[in-house]
Amino acid sequence: MKHGNYFLMMGFIGTGLLFTACLAVMIGPVVIKPLLVVKIWVHQFTGGLIEKEWSRIPEVIVMDIRTPRVLLSILVGMGLAVSGAAMQGLFRNPMAEPYVLGMSSGAAVGACLAIVLGMGRVFGPFAIPILAFTGATVTIFVVYNIARTGNRVPTETLLLAGIAVGLFLYAVVSFLKISASMENLQNVVLWLMGSFAMATWMDVKIVILPLLGGICVLCFMVRELDILQFGEETAIHLGMNVETVKRILLIASALVTGAAVSVSGIIGFVGLIVPHMVRMAMGSRHRILLPASALCGAIFLVCCDTLARVVSQPSEVPIGIITAAIGAPYFVYLLKRRKNAVNWW
Amino acid sequence: MLKLLNISASYQDIPILENIYLNISSKLFYGIIGPNGAGKTTLLKIMTGIKGPDAGEVLLQGKKINRFAKKEVAKIMAVVPQSSFVPPLFTVEDVVSMGRYPFQQLRFSDSDADRRCVDEAMEKTGINGLRHRRINELSGGQRQEVIIARALAQTPQILMLDEPTANLDIKHQMKILHLTSALVRNEGMAAVMVIHDLNLAARFCDRLILLHDKKILTMGTPETVLTPAHLKTAYGVETSVGENPLTRSLEVTVLDKKGAVHESVKQCVNY
Ligand SMILES: Nc1ncnc2c1ncn2[C@@H]1O[C@H](COP(=O)(O)OP(=O)(O)O)[C@@H](O)[C@H]1O
Ligand SMILES: [Mg+2]
Repeated sequence: MKHGNYFLMMGFIGTGLLFTACLAVMIGPVVIKPLLVVKIWVHQFTGGLIEKEWSRIPEVIVMDIRTPRVLLSILVGMGLAVSGAAMQGLFRNPMAEPYVLGMSSGAAVGACLAIVLGMGRVFGPFAIPILAFTGATVTIFVVYNIARTGNRVPTETLLLAGIAVGLFLYAVVSFLKISASMENLQNVVLWLMGSFAMATWMDVKIVILPLLGGICVLCFMVRELDILQFGEETAIHLGMNVETVKRILLIASALVTGAAVSVSGIIGFVGLIVPHMVRMAMGSRHRILLPASALCGAIFLVCCDTLARVVSQPSEVPIGIITAAIGAPYFVYLLKRRKNAVNWW
Repeated sequence: MLKLLNISASYQDIPILENIYLNISSKLFYGIIGPNGAGKTTLLKIMTGIKGPDAGEVLLQGKKINRFAKKEVAKIMAVVPQSSFVPPLFTVEDVVSMGRYPFQQLRFSDSDADRRCVDEAMEKTGINGLRHRRINELSGGQRQEVIIARALAQTPQILMLDEPTANLDIKHQMKILHLTSALVRNEGMAAVMVIHDLNLAARFCDRLILLHDKKILTMGTPETVLTPAHLKTAYGVETSVGENPLTRSLEVTVLDKKGAVHESVKQCVNY
C-alpha cells in the first residue's frame, strides 16, 4: 500500500468514527439534533468560540451524560482491539487476546477485590483502576514465568498457562462474589457484566493516559510484530531482541487491558473479532492492522454501547451481552467457513 | 572471521556435537555435508548464536558472540534458515525490507540507504519483477530467493544457508549456487551452506566439512574430503569418485553392494 492510500484509508475510518460518535451522542431518550451536538462540542472544547444559544438541558445531556460515555467507549474499544491484534501477532494465533492470556481475569480479580473490600471509600476513584492494572500485570508475569523454560518463553506454553491461570482467577472472582455483602455483590455482578452506564469525566481522565500510552507503545512495535510472523528464530537472525520485545508487548497489553477492564468490566469478543475483520479487509501487516483496528474497535464499541442504551429503553442491557450476541455468531460463522489456515489468518 | 573453539552441544542431555574446531574466513565458500541427523543444522545454530554451546567458545571477529548485541550480529551475519515458514499477505518488498531491521533507526519509515540496499538485494537475486507480489503466491524456488534477498539486504559479511536447495528444481538449485559463489568471489563474503548433493558441493564449494558421529570427520578441499573411505564411514555406502569431464569437478557415484551402479541411487546428474 502506498503512503497516500494509507493516510486516505485511516482518514476515512477516522471520519467514520467521528460520525459514529456524533450519532451516538444524538441518540437516546431525548434525541438531540446533530448540528446542536456539534455546536455544543465546539463551544465546550474551544472555550466558547461559538455563542451559546441553547438551553441547559441539551448541554447537560450532551456534555455530562453522553459525551464522556462515548469517549470512554472509544478509548476502551481502541484498547481492546489493539491489544487483541498485538497479542494475535505476538502469538501468531488468531485466538490470542488479553482474555485468553488471563490478563482480563487478573484485572477482574483486582477490581472485584477493590469493590468487595470497599476500597473506593478509602482510596477514591483510583482504587479500582490501580488494582485492575496490578491484577493484569501480576497475572501476565505469573503466566510468563510458569511458561518459561530457561530464558525462553515458548508461545504454546504461554497460551496454555494463560488459559489455566485465567480459569483459576475466574474461580477467585466467583469466590469473591459469594463472600461479598449483598450491596457489594450487586455492584460486582453489574460491573462484571460490563457497562458504560456509570461513565463520568472522572473515568475518562483516569484511564485516558494508560490507555493511550499503552496503545502508542503497541503501535510503536509494528515492525517487530511483522517480523515475528516469520517465527522467533528468524526474528533473532534479523537482530531482534525477541524476549525484550515480548515483555514490552505483554506489559503494554496488560496496561491497556487493566485500564479498560477497570472502567467497563469484562467486555468480550472485541479484541477477537475487530482485528479479524480488519485483517480480512486490509491484510495482516501490523503497521496497517494496529491503527485500523484501533479506529474500528472504537466504532464497534460505540455502536454496541448505543445499542445497549436503546434496545430496551428505559432500562439498559449490559454491553458485554451485546458484544457477545454479535461476536459469538460471527465467530461460529468464521469457524464454519474456514477452509484452511491461510484463509483464517 | 568466525571461530569455533572446542564446541560441544546437546539437546536434552543427548550430545549432538563434540569438540568441534572450525575457522570460517572471508572469500571462501564452505559446504557442510553429512548424513541426516548428523548435526549440520545444530552446528549452524551454534555458529549463528541461536543456540548456546555446552562447552567451548564461538568467536566472531575475535569477540565472543554472546557479547555482541543481537543487532550487531545481524549486521555481520545473515541466515537463510532450513525451513522458512512464510506467512501470507506480505509482499516480496515487505519481506526483503525486513532485512534492514538491524540498521533501522526510524520507527516508521526507511532511510535512503535502506531502500538502496533492498533494491540491490532484489537485483542480485533477480526478483525485481516480483516486488509487489505476495510471497504466499510464489513458487518454492522464488520464495527461497526472496528469503536470500532478505539476508542480502542485511549486507552481511557471512552468509549462512541451511539446505537452501532442498525441494527445488535443478534450475533454481543452480541459480542459488551460482549466486552464492558469485557473492563469495565478487564481494568477498564468507558463505556457509548445508547441502546434501555431494556433486554440487564438490563443484561449487571451496571447502567441505563432513560431519559424522558428533565430530568433524574431515574438512578441507573437496578433493581431500570426498574420498570413498570418508564417504563409507559417514554414509555407510560404497562410492566411486571420479572427475566429471564437463565441469572438471569431482563426481560421486553411489554403488550398490555388488559394486555395480544402482539405478535408483545413481547420483551422477550432469548439470
Ligand atoms: N530441538 C531439538 N530438540 C531435541 N533434539 C533435536 C532438536 N533439534 C535436533 N535434534 C536432534 O539433533 C540431531 C541433529 O539434528 P540436526 O542438527 O537438525 O541434523 P541435520 O541438520 O544434520 O539433519 C538429530 O538427532 C535430532 O533429532
Ligand atoms: Mg538440518
